[in-house]
Amino acid sequence: MEEAFVFVALTMNATIRVATPLILCAMAGMFSERSGIIDISLEGKMLGAAFIAASVAAVTGSPWLGLAAGIAAASCLALLHGFACITHNGNQVVSGVAINILMSGLTVVLGIAWFQRGGQTPSLEASARFMPISLPLSEFLAEVPILGTLYSRLVSGHNLLVYVAFLAVPLAWWVLFRTRFGLRLRAVGENPKAVDTAGISVAWLRYRAVLICGLLTGIAGTYLSIANNAAFVRDMTAGQGYIALAALIFGKWRPWTAFGACLLFGLLNAIAIRLQGVDLPGIGEVPVVFIQALPYVLTVVLLAGFIGRAVAPKAIGEPYVKER
Amino acid sequence: MSAAPAELPRWIDIGLIPVINICLALLVSGLIILAIGENPVEAMAIMIRGALGYGEGIGYTLYYTTNFIFTGLAVAIAFHAGLFNIGGEGQAYIGGLGVGLAILAFDSTLPFFLLLPLGILAGAAFGAAWAAIPAWLQAYRGSHIVITTIMFNFIAYAVMVYLMVNVLIKPGQMSPESREFAAAGQLPFMHEMLAGIGITVTPTPLNLSIVWALLCCVGVWAYIWRTRWGYELRAVGHNEAAAVYAGARPRHIVVAAMCISGALAGFVGFNEIMGVHHRLLLNFPAGYGFTGIAVSLMGRNHPVGVVLASLLFGVLYQGGAELAFEVPTITRELVVTIQGLVILFSGALAYMSTPWVTRVWRALLAWRAGAAAAEGA
Repeated sequence: MEEAFVFVALTMNATIRVATPLILCAMAGMFSERSGIIDISLEGKMLGAAFIAASVAAVTGSPWLGLAAGIAAASCLALLHGFACITHNGNQVVSGVAINILMSGLTVVLGIAWFQRGGQTPSLEASARFMPISLPLSEFLAEVPILGTLYSRLVSGHNLLVYVAFLAVPLAWWVLFRTRFGLRLRAVGENPKAVDTAGISVAWLRYRAVLICGLLTGIAGTYLSIANNAAFVRDMTAGQGYIALAALIFGKWRPWTAFGACLLFGLLNAIAIRLQGVDLPGIGEVPVVFIQALPYVLTVVLLAGFIGRAVAPKAIGEPYVKER
Repeated sequence: MSAAPAELPRWIDIGLIPVINICLALLVSGLIILAIGENPVEAMAIMIRGALGYGEGIGYTLYYTTNFIFTGLAVAIAFHAGLFNIGGEGQAYIGGLGVGLAILAFDSTLPFFLLLPLGILAGAAFGAAWAAIPAWLQAYRGSHIVITTIMFNFIAYAVMVYLMVNVLIKPGQMSPESREFAAAGQLPFMHEMLAGIGITVTPTPLNLSIVWALLCCVGVWAYIWRTRWGYELRAVGHNEAAAVYAGARPRHIVVAAMCISGALAGFVGFNEIMGVHHRLLLNFPAGYGFTGIAVSLMGRNHPVGVVLASLLFGVLYQGGAELAFEVPTITRELVVTIQGLVILFSGALAYMSTPWVTRVWRALLAWRAGAAAAEGA
């Protein structure tokens, strides 16, 4: 019983760690895609932010400067995406691919030029990272059975950016569904012409949307390199930007369902890591790669309309050209 | 992508503007090289010398070019049908699996001249099948092909890792590779073929498949511009509603275009598995599928353009390897960076320079008209 409880607690903890960047990226993608801009460059932005954050934290020794630099880097990339897609009506998928490929190369080129460690940044001291924080009363409540243990083991003891990620979800929901800005943002993704007719600038709305996307992917990248790990290593995002994109679609472009999808995909990953090389009675060794591929398969099945229906914002992917 | 204003002459639209875009990409790459403290002109010289200056370099350049032609054509034909095939990587992977399985099954019983078409067919069939599922989902279930092809890249990766580690691995070894093919299942290297007619060149991975790549270019050109199906394909890509009135069947076109696209991407496996490695192994697509996007954008989706762009990327890849070898602060990833910039400038920002060029062209016309009027008076 005790063993099972520890197993569950450890798996849940791993789930939270894996899901954090997914949640941030899924919320980021939601703002961009709800405004009508396809964003497959979540991966590239997160990677760029992870690299810059780790570099700045290594040089200055301050996690806060690292976070600021990470957000700035991802925002620059978001502006580049906006410049290509909003100002120049470029193909949004092509722009996203360009940013992903550019970042997978540039982070290594600059990393080797700056630090001479084969693309890795120097490992960070604890003071240059976001370390786990213990929430108030966690020591005291740890003695309380079940609820107290849950609080001290699961809710407390994560780093700051994890809490930011979990707070980002209600915040994103509130902004998108309870504010005037959110209403307009959703409208511009469905019918930009109507928004334009109402005298609201389509371009400015979409620029703000991609900037929010830059902010959130920046936090996600920073989380990877200076909170969850102590350095940047090449290609450290390892496809998580794409998983977040899958989670966003799996969650039908809605905050709470996307959040659920991120937790589900995080859980799958945590289980896959736990089951690595484990022989289950009756089944034998579980092919871990298939559990890791499950998010992609599930998303394809959902997109095919076999389990519910994911309907994208109507104007997604189409540049808005004002008729003259 | 927005259309360029029609008033520009054709040579500017398909000749000058792409060159301007590439120059912009190379300019930014030069700035990056400068920023890491190296000399961009010198770096460029090392790259060109490393790629074209001697026999071995040329061989490697053309070997990379072969792969880029396949993936570039794959992206191009999908573009003509209005589809974005971002799944070339996965299709190449599964195509290679098809080539490998076919040769592993028959290399002890069939002669080379039968194994050659068998390898081509198997690569095409597996690549096409892997592309057909997203195509079918797009055509009949309305799921977005960009998303599904991305997902299929990852699924292909998982399938290959599973098969190589658990099923196809040669017993008694650690690295996940199959047994080597018998001699009948190996494409002849270019240096072997040239040695046969008395010319000696340095051994390189360049092999017979480059001939097949060039044949594919001719085939794709003929299909797109010289057949009824190609006409239908372009019509659907251009304006689906109008094409339907003209009797085209968009769903069939989507599936057909993606199958051809996947088959072409699958030929990367033909080059890599049957031509170079002579065994099944992991990670052989090595990003060629993604580079195909850059190649196709740069070549304006035309086979001739694709060949030229493939050559340029072949030079970049081989020259980049040489550069990384000679200059310690520069790594191969510089080539990836340049590739990203090329996609950015000749894809997403393709028409950024158009307003400027139009303005210059108009001024030039006005100046010429003024000069002619002065002469007439």
